[in-house]
Amino acid sequence: MKLTWMRAVAIAAVSGGLTALIAALLVNIAERKDEARSAYVELVPVTEDDTDPAIWGRNWPRQYDSYQRTALSTRTRFGGHGGSEALPAEKIERDPWLKRMFLGYAFSIDYRDRRGHAYMLVDQEQTERQTKPQSGSCLHCHGSVMPLYRELGGGDAMKGFEQTFSWSYKDLNQKLHDMGNGHPVSCVDCHSPENMSLRVTRPGFINGIRALASGQAAVPHLPSIQQWRAGDRSRPYDPNQDATRTEMRSYVCGQCHVEYYCANKMPLTFPWAKGLTADDTEAFWNETQFEPGQRFYDYKHAESGAEILKAQHPEFELWSQGIHARSGVACADCHMPYIRDGASKVSDHWVRSPLLNINRACQTCHRVSETEMLARVEGIQERNHGLLQRAGAALMDQLDAMAAATAAGATEAELADARELQRKAQWRLDFIAAENSMGFHAPQEAARVLAEAADYARQGQVSAMRATTR
Amino acid sequence: MAESVGDKAPSRGPMVLVMAVLGALAGLGGFTLNYGEGLSYFSADPAACANCHIMQPQYDSWQKASHHTVATCVDCHLPATFVAKYLAKAENGYYHSKGFTFGGFREPISIKAANSDILQANCLSCHHAMVADMLVGEGHDGAVRCVHCHATAGHGERAGLGGPD
Repeated sequence: MKLTWMRAVAIAAVSGGLTALIAALLVNIAERKDEARSAYVELVPVTEDDTDPAIWGRNWPRQYDSYQRTALSTRTRFGGHGGSEALPAEKIERDPWLKRMFLGYAFSIDYRDRRGHAYMLVDQEQTERQTKPQSGSCLHCHGSVMPLYRELGGGDAMKGFEQTFSWSYKDLNQKLHDMGNGHPVSCVDCHSPENMSLRVTRPGFINGIRALASGQAAVPHLPSIQQWRAGDRSRPYDPNQDATRTEMRSYVCGQCHVEYYCANKMPLTFPWAKGLTADDTEAFWNETQFEPGQRFYDYKHAESGAEILKAQHPEFELWSQGIHARSGVACADCHMPYIRDGASKVSDHWVRSPLLNINRACQTCHRVSETEMLARVEGIQERNHGLLQRAGAALMDQLDAMAAATAAGATEAELADARELQRKAQWRLDFIAAENSMGFHAPQEAARVLAEAADYARQGQVSAMRATTR
Repeated sequence: MAESVGDKAPSRGPMVLVMAVLGALAGLGGFTLNYGEGLSYFSADPAACANCHIMQPQYDSWQKASHHTVATCVDCHLPATFVAKYLAKAENGYYHSKGFTFGGFREPISIKAANSDILQANCLSCHHAMVADMLVGEGHDGAVRCVHCHATAGHGERAGLGGPD
């Protein structure tokens, strides 16, 4: 066959085309290699004082993009919010027993569904609970507060933190804004500006986890604490130094998603010295005294006079009792799962319910369909919701019985047992009601706590009825 | 002869053109093959399986799991015989290259039925004597696989698999 010009040009054209394709492949391989190599490009330097996430966003645009989405509204069967975009629905109107349970406390004035991280500061500034004086302690978890703590403590954040409980919320928040730190939780709160590694910054958590480590409570899900306990204990447990990477992926969330004391009689306190269960933390509060002989309580119930403990949102504590914690699954594994972008991976900073992201959040481990996963979780949550409503109804019956006893002339002493039982019942009921997983973080533990709540409420009802008939 | 004069001078132009273009193709192709570490895929080196980075968590977790002292990637994931091994390499190579170049694959990545058969056969190639009595209803029609229960044998706990690398 003769090689004419015609044929030569045809061969050259095909070869040229192939060469172009190979060149395209080469460029693609080079891009993928580059994606795998460079985690980020530092365009602007960031420091400990840069609380504005937009500055960090120039260096880490993918994380920042997803972080900003926490402003979007999300809904699940039990989470997210009803009501309008601007004003989430009142929980205390949906479940009237909540309102009656909180009589005598600001949560009976305003207690709404949650919104995303982006709203944590503005929602706190606007809640009608602010019509009552609130403590500066609240900013520990609602603002990017570390530079303010350092300023107040002359460089020592722990010292600054220890003063803030006696500040009023309004004054401290004004100072936060004046310093330019009026941001919700920000990059610098969980990441070191030096190298972006995870770290905890919140004094409340550092004190709390230290107390937990120094105590006796079993913590099978926190291996670094067991390791520290086995050592010579020459220095206190330091999460930033001792914790594993997996633990840090929960600790950063545990800085705020916990039970705490947050009013103006002592610094913000995490009640962890005796352990993390509802019973352990109750025992801690029972031993806490502000004045000699005066046991700790958050408020006196306006109807019954019982000294009530208010539970905050013990997500870290309830998760600690569950099978996921026990299996080495961290908060971030489900709430901030990895997203692949070419050859690089970023953790999703759009922190949200795993039910909105079942593929990435659950299916890495659970090889069943998304509809099956959702059905399993909703089965757990529906059962928990049923128990919760029953325990709530039991508490209402107890309050009715106590009111009837008082009306019938029962004495303080005769109602003392019933009040004590109300404190126990309400603590347990609130522990699960305020926790934001509708029992999912530890289903069996949640059911146990609710069963105890209902039992104590019924015991209290019986006690009050006896006082009436005496 | 007069005719051959016209023929004789087919200029060498067409040949030069073809050679030049084919040379460029071969050169760029060879460079790309080398840059993409193409030859490593003919080896049994586990590091080659993590070339494309997507497999890095699988590679890391294998090093921490129970079987890393006795089995490498190819021992479990490829047939032992020559022809079947290279057929499987070719098929997986095609899908992996396509996936990694163009994206659009389902995550989390999980094993395909054909590869699952290969895996099961390789479990048995070592453990057959021990488990022969339990092997009822083999095949992909719902038969129980070794890794259904022994899920951590190759890559440890799944909890960390989607994680950082």
